[in-house]
Amino acid sequence: MSERKTTNVEVRLPSRMGFEKVAMSTASAVAKLMGFPDDRIEDLKTAVAEACINAIEHGNRLNEKLSVGVVLSASVDSLEVKVIDDGTGMQKKPAKPDIDKKMHGEEDARGMGMFLIQALVDEAEWVAGSEGKSSFVRLVIRLDKDA
Amino acid sequence: MQSETKSRVDQLTSPAGHPVTVLRFEGDIASTSKDAVLGAYQGLPKGKVKVVLLDFTKVDYINSSGIALVIQLLMEATNAGQKVVAFGLSAHFTKVFTMVGITKYAGLFPSQAEALETL
Repeated sequence: MSERKTTNVEVRLPSRMGFEKVAMSTASAVAKLMGFPDDRIEDLKTAVAEACINAIEHGNRLNEKLSVGVVLSASVDSLEVKVIDDGTGMQKKPAKPDIDKKMHGEEDARGMGMFLIQALVDEAEWVAGSEGKSSFVRLVIRLDKDA
Repeated sequence: MQSETKSRVDQLTSPAGHPVTVLRFEGDIASTSKDAVLGAYQGLPKGKVKVVLLDFTKVDYINSSGIALVIQLLMEATNAGQKVVAFGLSAHFTKVFTMVGITKYAGLFPSQAEALETL
């Protein structure tokens, strides 16, 4: 990776469950090239996977005619990942899952994706696209973060 | 795209002499794994099983839908008065399971031997 320059890698995924693993592998490869430690790469892989699953399932509603865009932008000290879909965007902030409520059936056992994304990366923001198109989640991990 | 989840059941005895039922998973644990995770658990003989050990040694990928299946399994086991202990998760997934609070309801151990020692 050269200094003072942003290098972009783009992947387009079909809106089909399982293809998030393509984005995971790509993000992992880019992060390895940048010199991220293994534990941060594992964090990134899970965050990217959950962002893609949300895009496939909720953004594009499993419509295989629509694709999910994944844009990785590597700079000298950070990696930004944008996961773009054709949905209206996330309306609510991610809530911390309450395991007691889940165990008592008072909260859906699912619904942990956004929480995991926010917990595993250094920055996460959800941006609603105009006219219900090109909504995205933006994730950033930084190289100087202590493991 | 996702690798099929496989599961099998083993019977062991803990060093303290207690019978332990082991559910061994292999492959990805995701939304498509309901039969392999919940189905395998629900197929265990009710009333006889007191302790369930979950083996994640051969699991490479678990997403939030897969974690939700594990929580559903824990919910059913708790309601049935069973104890659940897990082992073989990678350091990353041990962290993720801890973050979502699963450790409150299931002990996580690096290896089968360490898990059995506690039973």
